[in-house]
Amino acid sequence: MDRGRGVAGSGHYQLSQLQNIEAQSIHIFREVAAEFERPVLLFSGGKDSVVMLRLAQKAFWPGRIPFPVMHIDTGHNFPEVLDFRDRCVEAIGATLLVASVQESIDAGRVAEEAGTNPSRNRLQTRTLLDAINEHRFDAVFGGARRDEEKARAKERVFSFRDEFGQWDPKNQRPELWSLFNGRHRAGEHIRVFPLSDWTELDIWQYVADEGIELPSIYYSHRRQVFRRDGMLLSIGPYVAPRDDEEVFEASVRYRTVGDMTCTGAVESGAASAEDIVLEVAASRLTERGATRADDRVSEAAMEDRKREGYF
Amino acid sequence: MELLRLATAGSVDDGKSTLIGRLLFDSKAIFEDQLESVERVSRQRGDDYTDLALLTDGLRAEREQGITIDVAYRYFATPARKFIIADTPGHIQYTRNMVTGNSTADLTLVLVDARKGIVEQTRRHAFLASLLRVPHLLLCVNKMDLVDYDRDVFESIREEFAAFASRLDVADLSFVPVSALQGDNVVQRSANMPWYEGASLLHHLEQVYISSDRNLIDPRLPVQWVVRPQTTSQPDYRGYAGRVAGGVFKTGDEVMVLPSGLATRVAGIDSFDGPVEEAFPPMSVTLRLTDDVDVSRGDLICRPMNQPTVGQDLDAMVAWMTERPLQPGDFLALKHTTRWVRAVIRDIHYRLDVNTLHRDESVSSLGLNDVGRVSLRVTQPLFYDSYRRNRQTGSFILAAEDTNVTVGAGMLHGPD
Repeated sequence: MDRGRGVAGSGHYQLSQLQNIEAQSIHIFREVAAEFERPVLLFSGGKDSVVMLRLAQKAFWPGRIPFPVMHIDTGHNFPEVLDFRDRCVEAIGATLLVASVQESIDAGRVAEEAGTNPSRNRLQTRTLLDAINEHRFDAVFGGARRDEEKARAKERVFSFRDEFGQWDPKNQRPELWSLFNGRHRAGEHIRVFPLSDWTELDIWQYVADEGIELPSIYYSHRRQVFRRDGMLLSIGPYVAPRDDEEVFEASVRYRTVGDMTCTGAVESGAASAEDIVLEVAASRLTERGATRADDRVSEAAMEDRKREGYF
Repeated sequence: MELLRLATAGSVDDGKSTLIGRLLFDSKAIFEDQLESVERVSRQRGDDYTDLALLTDGLRAEREQGITIDVAYRYFATPARKFIIADTPGHIQYTRNMVTGNSTADLTLVLVDARKGIVEQTRRHAFLASLLRVPHLLLCVNKMDLVDYDRDVFESIREEFAAFASRLDVADLSFVPVSALQGDNVVQRSANMPWYEGASLLHHLEQVYISSDRNLIDPRLPVQWVVRPQTTSQPDYRGYAGRVAGGVFKTGDEVMVLPSGLATRVAGIDSFDGPVEEAFPPMSVTLRLTDDVDVSRGDLICRPMNQPTVGQDLDAMVAWMTERPLQPGDFLALKHTTRWVRAVIRDIHYRLDVNTLHRDESVSSLGLNDVGRVSLRVTQPLFYDSYRRNRQTGSFILAAEDTNVTVGAGMLHGPD
C-alpha cells in the first residue's frame, strides 16, 4: 500500500484509504484531549489497542500523550501479553493504570462465575465502571471496531454513557460530519472509538506498513492445545481439558488476545504481519466468530454486555 | 487504494437489504459465520428465504420487530477501493437518519422499484442528498427481472427522475438498471439487459471520480490543539494541530490567523512520520509558524488573500431532529469546526417540504424531521464559508443546553 505522505501525483491530491482513516482517528484523539478534562485510553496489549496507542502518539507528537492508559486485568491474561503491555507503555513514556478483576472479586463487588473454567469476561464490566468512577474519567477510549460485531455496527464514535455506565442503543445522539458532541453532565461519560471505521484487515495492513510490534502470540508458534466447541484452546493455569478432550501440539496463532478461558487459537503458519494480511484477506470467518466463546452465548450477547457498560 | 463513503436509504420492500447483502456477499465481505447466523435466525422465524436484512439489523429490537432503527455502518473492499456504507432506514426518523448518513457521503444510492417507478420517498431521498451536497447521486432501478428487463420501463423512470433532479443541485447523476435478487448488473454486467451499455453497480462505485470533490482552493485549518511538549529536548516547540478543512498549505506560505488577523508564514508542517511537503484535506497535521503569535483552539489559519466570512449573524438551512420544536428565542449550544458557542434563534423563515420542495412561510417553528431556513445569532464571531463551497467550514451542529443531546444540523449560507 502506498504510504507516501500526500505528495501531488498526476495533478491531484490524494490520500490512500488507510491514510484517510488514520487522519480521522487522529482528529478524534485531538477533539477529546481538547474538550474533556480526564480522558483515559483502555489498553490491553491486543492489536487494536496497540494501533490505537500509535495513533494517539501521532496525534500529539512531538508532545506526549496527554492522558493515562488503563488495563482492565482479568487475571487470566496471556503472560506474553502482559510483558508486552509493560514494555510498550514504558517505551512511549505513558502512565499505566491497572484495574484488577481479582481485586473486585476479593472486595466482594462481583462473584466468580460457577462451573469449570469460569470466564471473567462479563465481570470486567464492574471493574471498568468502578475504575471510571474512582478516577472520575469523563472520556474512555476503546479499540472496538464496527466491523467486529453487529451491535457495534450501530454504535457512535462518541458513545454516551449515563451515570450507571449504560448504553442505550435506541436513543443515541446523531453524529454528523466530523462534528463530535462530547457534552455530558458530571457522573456521565463518553466512550470514544477512534477505530470505528477500521476493519480487521486495515489493522493488519497498518501493523505491517508501520512496522508496529505486537505480542508474539499473534504470530504462528507451536503450542499444546485441545478442541472445544470448534475452537482450539490453550492449556494453561486457568483452562484444562476434560477427560474426553484430546491434547495435541499444533502451529497456531491468536486473532484476538482476550481472557485465556474464552479466547481460542487458529491453526496458522503466518509468521509476520504481511502473512496475516494475506490470511485475513482469504478468511471466511470473522475474528470474533472464529475464536471468541463470549460472543457465542446468544444472538445479542454483545448488545447485552454493551448495555451494561462493557467495552 | 481510495476510500468511498456511500449512503443508502430505502424501505423494507424496495430490495435495499437484498442489494447490500448481494454487494457484500459477492465481494466476499460477508463471512460464513455471519451468513450461518442469519440463516439460523431466518429458519427459526419460519421465513421462506434467508433474510439478508438480518446482517445489518444488529439490535435485538430490530430483529424482533423486523425494522431498522438507526444508521448502521458496513464495510467492504475490492482491489480498487474500500467502501463504507451508511445504511439508513427509509421510514422511521428518515430525515434525521438520512441527513446523518449523507453528511459524510461521497455518493448516495437511491433505490427505485421498477414496477412502482418514482415515488414520494425517491424524491425525498434525492432532495436530502442534494441538501447535504453529496457530490454523486446514483439511482438504481431495481427488480428489473419483474418487468421482463424492459428497456422502456427503465428509460421512462430515468427521464422522470432526471426532470425532477434538474430542480435540485446535483453535480453528478447516474442510473443503473439492476435485479438485486438475481444479481443482474450488481457486480457483473447482465446478459438479460444487452441494451444497457453502462457499468455494473459495483464497477460504477469503483470508478466514480471523487478526487475533485474536496475544496482544494480555500486554505483553512481550524486549530484543534496546541502542541507544546515543554521537554528538555523540545523546550520551545509550539505547533498548531488540526485537520485541513480546505485548500493546500506549504512551508513558506504566507498565512493569517483569525480572529487576531496577524499575518505570518508557515515555518514547517510536521507529522509523526516526518515533514509534510503539502497539507490538504482531509489530512491531520501540525503547523509551525515563523512568528510567535497567540493562537489557540477555535482559531482558524487561512491566507491573507483568501479569508472566510467572519460573522455573528448566521443564515442556514437547519434539519431539526428532536420532538421539542425549534422556535425563535430558543437558546442552543452550537459547534462549528473546533469551537462551541451559544446561539439564539432569531427567525424561522420557512419550512421546506422535503417531498414537494414547497416552501411553507406560514410556520413559526420547526418540528421533528423538518428542514427549514433559519436566522441565528451566536455569542462569538464564527469563521465560515457557505456550505455549498465547503462542507467542513460551512456546517454546524446544535445541542440542547439542558440535555446536551444533538438536536439539529445546520448548513450555512453565505456569499459564494
